[in-house]
Amino acid sequence: MNRSLERAAPFLFGLIGLALWQGAVWALAVPAYVLPGPLAIGAAYLGDYRVLDPALLSTLTVTLTALAAATAIGVTLAVAMSASALFRAAIQPWAVILQVTPVVAIAPLIIIWVNQPFIALVVCATIVAFFPILSNTAAGLAATPPELLDLFRLNGASRWQMLFLLRLPSALPAFLVGLRISGTLALVGAVVAEFVAGSGGFASGLAYSIIEASYRLEIPRMFAALVLLGVSGIMIYTALGLLARFLLRRRGSA
Amino acid sequence: MFTLQAVGKTFPNGLRALDGISAEIGAGEFVALLGPSGCGKSTLLRLLAGLDQPSDGRIGWEGGMPPGPGEIGFVFQDATLLPWADVAGNVFLPLRLRGVGRAEAAPRIAAMLEQVGLGAFAQAMPHTLSGGMRMRVSIARALISAPRLLLMDEPFAALDEFTRHKLQEDLRGLWRRSGKTVMFVTHSIYEAAFLASRILVMSPRPGRIAADLSTSLPDGPERRGCPEYAALVADITETFRRVMPA
Repeated sequence: MNRSLERAAPFLFGLIGLALWQGAVWALAVPAYVLPGPLAIGAAYLGDYRVLDPALLSTLTVTLTALAAATAIGVTLAVAMSASALFRAAIQPWAVILQVTPVVAIAPLIIIWVNQPFIALVVCATIVAFFPILSNTAAGLAATPPELLDLFRLNGASRWQMLFLLRLPSALPAFLVGLRISGTLALVGAVVAEFVAGSGGFASGLAYSIIEASYRLEIPRMFAALVLLGVSGIMIYTALGLLARFLLRRRGSA
Repeated sequence: MFTLQAVGKTFPNGLRALDGISAEIGAGEFVALLGPSGCGKSTLLRLLAGLDQPSDGRIGWEGGMPPGPGEIGFVFQDATLLPWADVAGNVFLPLRLRGVGRAEAAPRIAAMLEQVGLGAFAQAMPHTLSGGMRMRVSIARALISAPRLLLMDEPFAALDEFTRHKLQEDLRGLWRRSGKTVMFVTHSIYEAAFLASRILVMSPRPGRIAADLSTSLPDGPERRGCPEYAALVADITETFRRVMPA
């Protein structure tokens, strides 16, 4: 009883919030171009889903492609950094520089350089997303218990056996934490890149729907696009959490 | 069988951890390396395993060969099992690293688990086991490759007293049945007196062998209560009083 109430709590809270919002919009007669109520937003979605759904699909494609690329790059760099101190010294400062430079600032450059728009968006989102995977995986690899490394050496393990049978499985929990952060960052990166590309005239993704709706003062439609973005973010976060639980299910909480 | 000749170890920071350690370890001996914390026992054990190299002196099998892969079994202070593998998978690890197939290894793993009293737990995951059971898995893992020398680094120090006594008795039984050569690091006089057939007493800064005692206690359940045991404990205590710097 208590458990199921706890499970339902966020949804109940959300419903109450929506009802209060709708009630306030009605009671105060707020015009829809300032703040639309939930019903108007729902209606806007139903009226425009032929445009909004492909836009959502496009944004999600960029996000997931970027997340896959960020995973490949982040894990590869982390493994290389754990294998060679020289490589670590050479790479680490550049990874940090890439991380601290706001992607809005480099997105125009990337969009000019990479003249294939989809790839340009993916590159921007990847730059935003790869760092948590890199740093968490590197930390996980470095935290491999030294006794286990000794045990592998005592039994004459090769470098590859150490990597695949010990270091990578040891780093898996830390990697999954990084992946979860990167998943939502990839969405942020994709939307930011779409904004930059959209203001340059390239029409793609939910960000462009938001820009377009704001130019036409179609505020309910703008909100509908925002809701789709929020739901996508929550679903990515939840899905990666479930993936982590599945992959670590046999290890216990320790 | 195993020889240490004037072994010394100086760390890069200049600390002299071990000095002039010479000993012959005979086949089938149960040697306890006994000394206070910081006397270099664990350092010596790592040198024996070939995990570190001595600064001077020589270590190896009779004839001068250093230990090769799988010839040394090592039990650490913590069980350090792979959390993603079940008990059988953890015991399989040393064989797997040397290219033995799972099917070929299965009967050996089952027999080894039976020996350490975990026959029914092959499929259990490490986090579901108690500390004592995890240590049994760790011992099985060290013995599965049939090592010539078993090294143990204070393996029971983190266990509660009842579990420790049980594991000591079982380890002693395992040693009597198998005739393995064992080097066991401990800082407990009682543990050394109960387990070992020979006790190397170490004194610190730098670590040296201060005394080399052979023991002969009657075996059996009354071992811990017999007068010889009490006399041995008193003897070791007296030795420490003599060799410890004030």
